[in-house]
Amino acid sequence: MKVVVCTKQTPSTTAVFTVDANGHVSWDDPGGKPNIVNPWDEYAIEEAIRLKENHGATDAIALTVGSEESKDALKTCLAMGCTEAILVSDSAFDGSDTVGTARVLAAAINKIGDVQIAVFGNRAIDGDTGLTPVQVARKLGWTPLTYVSAIKEISNGQITVERLLDDGKETVTAPLPVVISVVKEINEPRYPSFMGIRKANRATIPVWTAADLEVDGATGAEAAKVNWGHVYAPPPREGSVEIIEGETIEEKVRKLVDKLFEEKVI
Amino acid sequence: MSGVWVWIENRDGEIITISREAIGAARKVADELGQPLTGLVFGHNVSAVADAAFDLGVDAVLGCDDESLANFRIEAYGPLLSSLVQERSPAVVMAGASTRGRDLTGWVAADLDAGVVPDGIALEVDGDTIKVTRPVYAGKLLSTVYVTEGTQFISLRSRAFPQAESTGKTGQAEWVSPVVSEDAIPTKVVGFAPKEEGISLTDASIIVSGGRGVGGPEGFAPIRELAEVLGAAVGASRAAVDAGWIPYEHQVGQTGKTVSPDLYIACGISGAIQHQAGMRTSKVIVAINKDPEAPIFKLAQYGIVGDLFEVVPALTEEFRKRLS
Repeated sequence: MKVVVCTKQTPSTTAVFTVDANGHVSWDDPGGKPNIVNPWDEYAIEEAIRLKENHGATDAIALTVGSEESKDALKTCLAMGCTEAILVSDSAFDGSDTVGTARVLAAAINKIGDVQIAVFGNRAIDGDTGLTPVQVARKLGWTPLTYVSAIKEISNGQITVERLLDDGKETVTAPLPVVISVVKEINEPRYPSFMGIRKANRATIPVWTAADLEVDGATGAEAAKVNWGHVYAPPPREGSVEIIEGETIEEKVRKLVDKLFEEKVI
Repeated sequence: MSGVWVWIENRDGEIITISREAIGAARKVADELGQPLTGLVFGHNVSAVADAAFDLGVDAVLGCDDESLANFRIEAYGPLLSSLVQERSPAVVMAGASTRGRDLTGWVAADLDAGVVPDGIALEVDGDTIKVTRPVYAGKLLSTVYVTEGTQFISLRSRAFPQAESTGKTGQAEWVSPVVSEDAIPTKVVGFAPKEEGISLTDASIIVSGGRGVGGPEGFAPIRELAEVLGAAVGASRAAVDAGWIPYEHQVGQTGKTVSPDLYIACGISGAIQHQAGMRTSKVIVAINKDPEAPIFKLAQYGIVGDLFEVVPALTEEFRKRLS
């Protein structure tokens, strides 16, 4: 049984964005590390490694669609303990909508072959659509199990998971293969080991292009049915904070409560 | 292609809040397009839900009532919606961006090779096209996005649109048969544990949140008490969740929930950028923190510099007096 973890490189949490006159988005990071592994994916990577350690998966393969720079994110996956990493990169995929990206990922998972579980983070902090797991599942014809907070059991070709939904926790069973997307509650990601980092730095990451994949359907900007058009900075929050002063705590809270009634938010 | 559809998520015979908001938003879109609004009511024993949908202003209800739909499973709901869309070609299909609404719109769009835009916070009708404003990069930027051809699938973020109100309208639903039989649905639901505390973070109009400053699990007691007096939901920062003081489902921020209440009271929360990502669109933010330099004061409208264990109980007492 192979496990694939689909991950993505995103701008760092602390990135500061600039949008130019043509709507082109760029970013920089005050801490000097402008790109990171999508924070939700850390839980997916950890879970893929645990599936290998605890549930007999033979391989935990990290897969990314993106530019050459995304190899940094894949190296983090290797350093944490993934057995292999593959980058899918081709300008033909640029500008794909979520369905186009799902076609590419499904084709790559099919090429890897013998995959029983594809693990995703719940969503990515850049595009923030949260659609990719369910759409990849549809393109593979597999069952999607989204918002997974625990894998309870894998046996006899069946997986049982707990899902964290808006209104409660649901336990479901489904036959493999499945696509799962995970939430933070599922685990605590490990830090890469020193040995892991050395190994990752020596690793060569294969790059698959469109020619290596049998993508079912069109990709790229031409085929996209969603125009991701116009990006802009929201208006800044108005004014600055009013620190409520007073002789006593009671006086301060009384003044604050007055303000909140005036704001009509109570 | 014509007609606006809205998926009406229901639980225990009730239309959930985010779906009431979606109906309100879809009604407006349908009126601007000059097209009828159809409510999609799927589930088991849902005839009362169809009646409630008419009352909230839909022109027609397309329903499917079957035991196989009692629990939301994508293998049952997805093909059902897909086949209806294929058969009748609506112009727009909308849903609340709940956990289930996001899965349904995403899956069906992939199935039909259609375009889908999730998490809309504002809509603008431009000819036949619905221009959708949605946050990207953790809300640091906004984008205006739209589907360029075919049926437009759109999901809407909670609390971005006012709920539809009762109209007194009645009507006859059209009921169709399910397209997948139970033995062809691979997923089986074997358990469901409903959330203990009533108000969900994403639906709440007031949230009282605690962070590292609460100091321990028992430190959430005054926060819960204030929340109770205000009818608010309880939130938490990642620091408090990671310390094990409160379950993950309360986490607001980057790897937790994104919320947009009218009032967000941050108690003992420093306001790390990861936390801001989840609450920056709150209408009014109040910060209570010992440290006057805490970044949360840069985001807040009102602040009290002080010990939350003194300020929060005093605040609870004051609200209790004023609201009684």
